[in-house]
Amino acid sequence: MSERIVVVGGGMVAHRFVEALRSRDAEGRFEVVVLAEEPRPPYDRVALTTYFTGRDPQELNLGQDELWQDPLVRLRKGIAATAIDREARTVALSTGERLSYDHLVLATGSSAAVPPVEGSDLRGCFVYRTIDDVADLRGYVEQLRSDHPDRPVRGTVVGGGLLGLEAAGALQALGAESTVVEFAPRLMPLQVDEGGGEQLRRLIEDLGVRVLTGTATAKVLAKRTGRAAAMRFADGSSLDTEVVIFATGVRPRDELARAAGLDVGERGGVVVDEACRTTDSAISAIGEVACIEGRVWGLVAPGYAMAEITADRLLGGSATFPGADSSTKLKLLGVDVASFGDAFATGEGTLEVAYADAVAGVYKKLVLSDDAKTLLGGILVGDASAYASLRPMLGRELGCDPAAFLVPDVGDAAAAGIELPDDAGVCSCNNVTAGQIRTAVSEEGCCSLAEVKGCTKAGTSCGSCLPLVKKLVETEQERAGIEVQRGLCEHFDLSRAELFNAVQVTGLHTFSEIIARHGRGHGCDICKPVVASILASLGNGHILDGEQGGLQDTNDHMLANLQKDGTYSVVPRIPGGEITPDGLMTIGAIAKDFDLYTKITGGQRIDLFGARVDQLPAIWQRLVDAGFESGHAYGKSLRTVKSCVGQTWCRYGVQDSVAMAIALELRYRGLRSPHKLKLGVSGCARECAEARAKDVGVIATEQGWNLYVGGNGGFTPRHAELFAEDLDDAGLVRAIDRFLMYYIRTADRLQRTAAWLEEIDGGLDHVRDVVLHDSLGVADELDAAMADHIGGYQDEWRAVLEDPVKLARFTAFVNDSSPDDSLQYVVERGQRRPVMIAGPDLAVRP
Amino acid sequence: MWVTVARLADLPVERAVAARVGTDQVAVVRLSDDRVYAVGNRDPFSGANVMARGIVGSTVVDGTERRTLASPMYKQAFCLETGDCLTEPSVNLGTWQVRLREDVVEIGQREESV
Ligand code: SRM
Ligand SMILES: Cc1cc2nc3c(=O)[nH]c(=O)nc-3n(C[C@H](O)[C@H](O)[C@H](O)COP(=O)(O)OP(=O)(O)OC[C@H]3O[C@@H](n4cnc5c(N)ncnc54)[C@H](O)[C@@H]3O)c2cc1C
Ligand code: SF4
Ligand code: FES
Repeated sequence: MSERIVVVGGGMVAHRFVEALRSRDAEGRFEVVVLAEEPRPPYDRVALTTYFTGRDPQELNLGQDELWQDPLVRLRKGIAATAIDREARTVALSTGERLSYDHLVLATGSSAAVPPVEGSDLRGCFVYRTIDDVADLRGYVEQLRSDHPDRPVRGTVVGGGLLGLEAAGALQALGAESTVVEFAPRLMPLQVDEGGGEQLRRLIEDLGVRVLTGTATAKVLAKRTGRAAAMRFADGSSLDTEVVIFATGVRPRDELARAAGLDVGERGGVVVDEACRTTDSAISAIGEVACIEGRVWGLVAPGYAMAEITADRLLGGSATFPGADSSTKLKLLGVDVASFGDAFATGEGTLEVAYADAVAGVYKKLVLSDDAKTLLGGILVGDASAYASLRPMLGRELGCDPAAFLVPDVGDAAAAGIELPDDAGVCSCNNVTAGQIRTAVSEEGCCSLAEVKGCTKAGTSCGSCLPLVKKLVETEQERAGIEVQRGLCEHFDLSRAELFNAVQVTGLHTFSEIIARHGRGHGCDICKPVVASILASLGNGHILDGEQGGLQDTNDHMLANLQKDGTYSVVPRIPGGEITPDGLMTIGAIAKDFDLYTKITGGQRIDLFGARVDQLPAIWQRLVDAGFESGHAYGKSLRTVKSCVGQTWCRYGVQDSVAMAIALELRYRGLRSPHKLKLGVSGCARECAEARAKDVGVIATEQGWNLYVGGNGGFTPRHAELFAEDLDDAGLVRAIDRFLMYYIRTADRLQRTAAWLEEIDGGLDHVRDVVLHDSLGVADELDAAMADHIGGYQDEWRAVLEDPVKLARFTAFVNDSSPDDSLQYVVERGQRRPVMIAGPDLAVRP
Repeated sequence: MWVTVARLADLPVERAVAARVGTDQVAVVRLSDDRVYAVGNRDPFSGANVMARGIVGSTVVDGTERRTLASPMYKQAFCLETGDCLTEPSVNLGTWQVRLREDVVEIGQREESV
């Protein structure tokens, strides 16, 4: 019989505990029951604010399905523990049951602490802790917005700390005006000093958030409806506001422990020893509810450490709490703030090196030992790019002039030069050291950032360590002799994205000029098609024009797909998969006349196989005459926009998915890109078009369209992630235009959108900022590029048929007009297929 | 016996075309400096007659640049001069004699492998 561990609380730390225990307890000594008061599996509270930027709440969930389906794990959602009977070793549940335990783990976290302000319980007042909190907030703001479409919703956040500023960002994301009220004389008083606070205030105000510091909230005033309408401050002044968010700190949820007679700290929290045991050795406490070494930690990393310790101890280990640091970084609002170590230089004999530039909007300070060598702490406001590299150096010698880290631009370069010791912590959320990352590459065979993330968990929580993790992975790969593929091939040291930029800036449009300027040699089958694709993306006429023709891979060169016997397949465009009976019959007749093997593809269209080079023009002529055009099955370009039948016929459809799919297919047809592009449009959430398996997936809602991006079938399947919700037609098209153009400009060669989103700095959030909020100021350029593409579109088949020079290449032999007679076929299931030419013919030299 | 292929000016630059030479098929490549090479059209790895539809390029081997033709099927590159596959040197395309008469390109015998 296995022993039973009951975990009270289903938060982040509880999740980590279950994961740690299950991965170590191979023999199945313990079964675990998790009691989670919230009606959902543990989720990433740290990323809660992304709920407002359109992220699918499901994606916040922690723990792979396997973890919760493990027979030794039972997650009971929506059930709270109400009392502990230590003598009987049982827990009482909100369902009235009693559950016995061999060991009890308290992971109840904390709740938002609301100050005793009159009116703080009125409708319109919120806290910011759970998914339900943010969902309520969102619903309320949206309701107000539709009640008063004529003016913006006014919101106020009480508390100017990390959480308060996140909440202010959330209000903005909801389209509300926001004011932050802070009692202290500056924002983020626990993390930044006066100089940093001043700079931070300017940056936050530049974003349109009002900041009131040194201001005490006295009262929330109500309208007659009982809803919040204004706030009154201690100095008698007031402010109209309909939404108030209290972000004034948290209180450990130690109520069960108190009632059960366990020791609690002076300022709350269940007192535990270095092994995370409470005063009852059968009960541990971990995470935000625990008071360890006299202190309650409001951060996830120390909680994760406690989870690991508890799992280790239960299995007979002797792990102890290693201490923690309170490094923090503001994640949202687009303002860089970081604070780490002894940020306020409270230690004896410390030196401070500071740099401030009000024009550039940066303030940076490092705290050093008295010999100016060892890094003790720091504050970075406005530009925290050095944070990821500096944090692991805490308590260590920097090994270079500290000023180098503070000067703009140089900072990053200096940071790149430092060599981190193996035991330096890199990801504090997940306790991953530089050594573990190196080992993942050198010994565990991880070949990419994504694999290292999967294997070590580094960078998977707040993400602030990602730049450093990436750098470590690349350095280690170089060291292991694995070539870090940045350059395209032996002819170009530039990556595809760099080359794209270069070609765009210099305006060169022939391969010979481009390779002379940016590369060497005569090119190859890697760089030539890449340059051809870049030139096509930048709008340089027909892909077979002039020198461009010679660069194309055979598929693009023949505007058809090469098959194993050297013939080609022909795929006419069938936008959205919609085709008339006459259209079907035309295709059928052509297939019959040319004896082409015919198959319905996985992309909702028809492929005609076995066409000889010299037959292609005649086949196209018939198709073009009947109103068909090239389906670009051969190009690294838009393939198909798959659709379901949608509203016009389906009894569940809520939008016309076929019309949208056709519109999108016609808009993006012929668009050359780093890899092929596939889109899908479904008429309702049942998702019959499998849109979430596509690079761009569109799913109809009652209000409009939800947009998903980065899906993939193929080698590494991936579901597309929610990018934006309830867009109208124009908003949808604009978002897709920019998304695709941004991808085309920045992705690597043969990198599908899925891999691109995994690799690009800042990930999906960054791309969303660029596309929806124009954070790089390139939206106009992207829109113009797409407009050029649409305006310049021509059917590639028709253009060949109309141009004798291009047409001339479609012959089998340059010196003989007869067809290639070496091709042989047999009939199978009523159609012909190639006889494979007697085995590969590998001429061996004597 | 020499077989006429085409006028030099009619051959695409840095690209190949297929020609019939008796019962053989050859891939004829015109480089940017107007040198012309002829190698076998049959891709030894797939068995298909497709070499003429590959991409012409270059690669540096032991410090010297060699001009190449890559198979469009599975992308192995072959040396235009020797017909050797660069990644599997035992595999060879075969090379044919080429000459220019006036501005006409002609192909002769298959060269003996050395
Ligand atoms: C014809 C078709 C199979 C069929 O009989 O149904 C097909 C055929 C080929 N696929 Fe595909 N794929 C076809 C649908 C798909 C699908 C399904 C879909 O689109 O819904 C997928 C998975 C979805 C996806 O792309 O994410 C698919 C994933 C691939 C991949 C893997 C891509 C990846 O990201 O891992 C390759 C390899 C590549 O592109 O590098 C590939 C490559 C190929 C190539 C081009 C391989 C080649 O170089 O010869 C095949 C030749 C096409 C031809 O001769 O016309 N095909 N291929 C389908 C054509 C669809 C169309 O109408 O255009
Ligand atoms: C918006 C926001 C941003 C944050 N950003 C960061 C950040 O950038 N970096 C960082 O380190 N930290 C951050 N934090 C803090 C971090 O989320 C917490 O430190 C972490 O979630 C603590 O985990 P926990 O499991 O101890 O508690 P929680 O995640 O709070 O989980 C406790 C769970 O237990 C449940 N529970 C409580 N009592 C009972 C009961 N009696 N029975 C059953 N269930 C019960 C609760 O409902 C809750 O779901 C942030 C927090 C918020 C709200
Ligand atoms: S996705 Fe919805 S609308 Fe489209 S076919 Fe399926 S059920 Fe019907
Ligand atoms: S430090 Fe937060 S994810 Fe690594």
